[in-house]
Amino acid sequence: MLLWLLAFVVVPSAILFVYSFCERDELGRVVFSFTWENYQRVFDPIYLRIFVRSIGYAALTTAICIVAGFPVAYFIGRAGEAWRNRLLLLVMVPFWTSFLIRTYAWITILKQEGLLNAVLQSLPFGLGPWDLLYTPTAVVIGLVYAYLPFMILPIYGSVEKLDGALIEAAHDLGAGPLRVFPAVILPLTLPGIAAGTLLVFVPAIAMFAITDLMGGARVPLIGNVIQNQFLQARDWPFGAALGVVFMALFAATYWALLRFRAREDSIG
Amino acid sequence: MSARVELRNVTKTFGTVDAVRDVSLEIAAGEFLTLLGPSGCGKTTLLRIIAGFEQPSSGSVWLGGVEVTHLPPYRRPVNQVFQSYALFPHLTVAENVGFGLRMQRVPAAEAAERVREALELVSLTGLDARSPDQLSGGQKQRVALARAIVCRPQVLLLDEPLSALDAKLRHAMQLELKRLQRQLGLTFVFVTHDQEEALTMSDRIAIVNRGRIEQLGTAHEIYHQPATPFAAAFVGEANLLEAELLELDALNAQVCVKGGLRLVLPATAWPEGAKTALVSIRPEKIHVARQPVVAANTFEARVEDEVFKGATDHLLLATAAGTRLSAVVANESALGEIFHAGDRVFCGLHADDLVVLRAE
Repeated sequence: MLLWLLAFVVVPSAILFVYSFCERDELGRVVFSFTWENYQRVFDPIYLRIFVRSIGYAALTTAICIVAGFPVAYFIGRAGEAWRNRLLLLVMVPFWTSFLIRTYAWITILKQEGLLNAVLQSLPFGLGPWDLLYTPTAVVIGLVYAYLPFMILPIYGSVEKLDGALIEAAHDLGAGPLRVFPAVILPLTLPGIAAGTLLVFVPAIAMFAITDLMGGARVPLIGNVIQNQFLQARDWPFGAALGVVFMALFAATYWALLRFRAREDSIG
Repeated sequence: MSARVELRNVTKTFGTVDAVRDVSLEIAAGEFLTLLGPSGCGKTTLLRIIAGFEQPSSGSVWLGGVEVTHLPPYRRPVNQVFQSYALFPHLTVAENVGFGLRMQRVPAAEAAERVREALELVSLTGLDARSPDQLSGGQKQRVALARAIVCRPQVLLLDEPLSALDAKLRHAMQLELKRLQRQLGLTFVFVTHDQEEALTMSDRIAIVNRGRIEQLGTAHEIYHQPATPFAAAFVGEANLLEAELLELDALNAQVCVKGGLRLVLPATAWPEGAKTALVSIRPEKIHVARQPVVAANTFEARVEDEVFKGATDHLLLATAAGTRLSAVVANESALGEIFHAGDRVFCGLHADDLVVLRAE
């Protein structure tokens, strides 16, 4: 376990960390001489704006995943035992196909002459065609689609552990369906929501394939920038610096969540 | 006066299984009624129908003269103590107890006062800020009780609330529940499979079996005049013997029970026109002695087995004819008679102590 951590977590991060203080020569090779320059560039307003935008997209994606995923997770978690596994399987079925293929499938749905517009136009409401593909909306749809299962599964875990007698007790004590949710169900499934948030928010910030494919690379997010530095601009030190700042941000988020959970535990 | 709780011809079907079959029941205000029966008999379903967690398939439910059959649980003036206690793990003791008041939007100051009173009533003063997982089983039970009574329900429903406690605590809680019920004048509907609990606390007991109420009566009536073989066997111990009628005159009926023992019982006790019936004999009603005894029925027997249980001695007797009976004798004094396996003894049985039940 320790060796595994060392090989796949510590060493790569260390390399990234070292690179982030290096320079590059004109051929894009990493030159080992110390500089702060990469970090100064990270805080250039251009990149800061991309950072903020990435966080915004990830936050929106997370919020939509919570709102859309919670009812699904709740329904599965409270379904009969026989149904539970079948429904969970349905949530996981998309993973059997390549992520890229599924993203291309969305492109055929969203494009101008795609499935969605065909359906919209066949309806008698005079809707469409909507120009969805290569817009921020398409990016968010793609992100939500990609990460929804990662929200559903941990919430399902919390819902399944939730004792039905607690919900009955709340009803018995006068809480109607609308009040049971904030008073009992939400606080007791919060650990699942927090875990799901972590699983969705963090990778959603760094995602680059969806922004490329569905956003038409028009709205670059931080993941695209980092990918560019490594693959196209061949500026590994700067890519590394972006990566390190990024990791620091994750660590801070994670730490904040843990603190929040710990406080919840100590009062709850 | 109308009944506090009334069930009218309530039937509940789950799939193809009848959990409750045509049950009608009236519970008076301030009464402590126990639904007693084995697991799966439908007693918990009955309770859940009163609480509103289950809708009857047919029939109606009335509370204080108002029909509530289709009211959801959160609109019914009843509260329940759950078997698992169902305390909210994310709330403190005081918040748990105050939950119902918060849902009813009782002003905070009044709510705090009522929570304090309720906690005092169940002797939990000072534990307000604890979290449920810092409490012992007995304390959790008290919190669950306080949480239910703080709402001043018309009826308090208790679903085997003592089953998770150890024997000593359970006994103390039985007396305390009874005290609380008297003190508050509340109507209690208590579900249990434990006959001792039922006998200790109840004003009336309803024996539930296979979805029906087999007998409804006071502890005395249930014990001394069981209405069905099930009731006789479920509450206390009983020798249930198939009996065949030999002779019937104006006063007495003479019967022969399985194994060949002949017994005399009042003619009025024998079901009219029946050739056979079941006779129930409580083990402690058989007088066992070294010398011949005087009674309507006397017979000799051999002690086959003897188990000493402290206050009582349990004997397995076999009559000369081959009828086997269990008997219980009180160990009134250390100098009293002690019976051992193999002893020959004289037995007596009063005619009135035989209860005749129609064979099922």
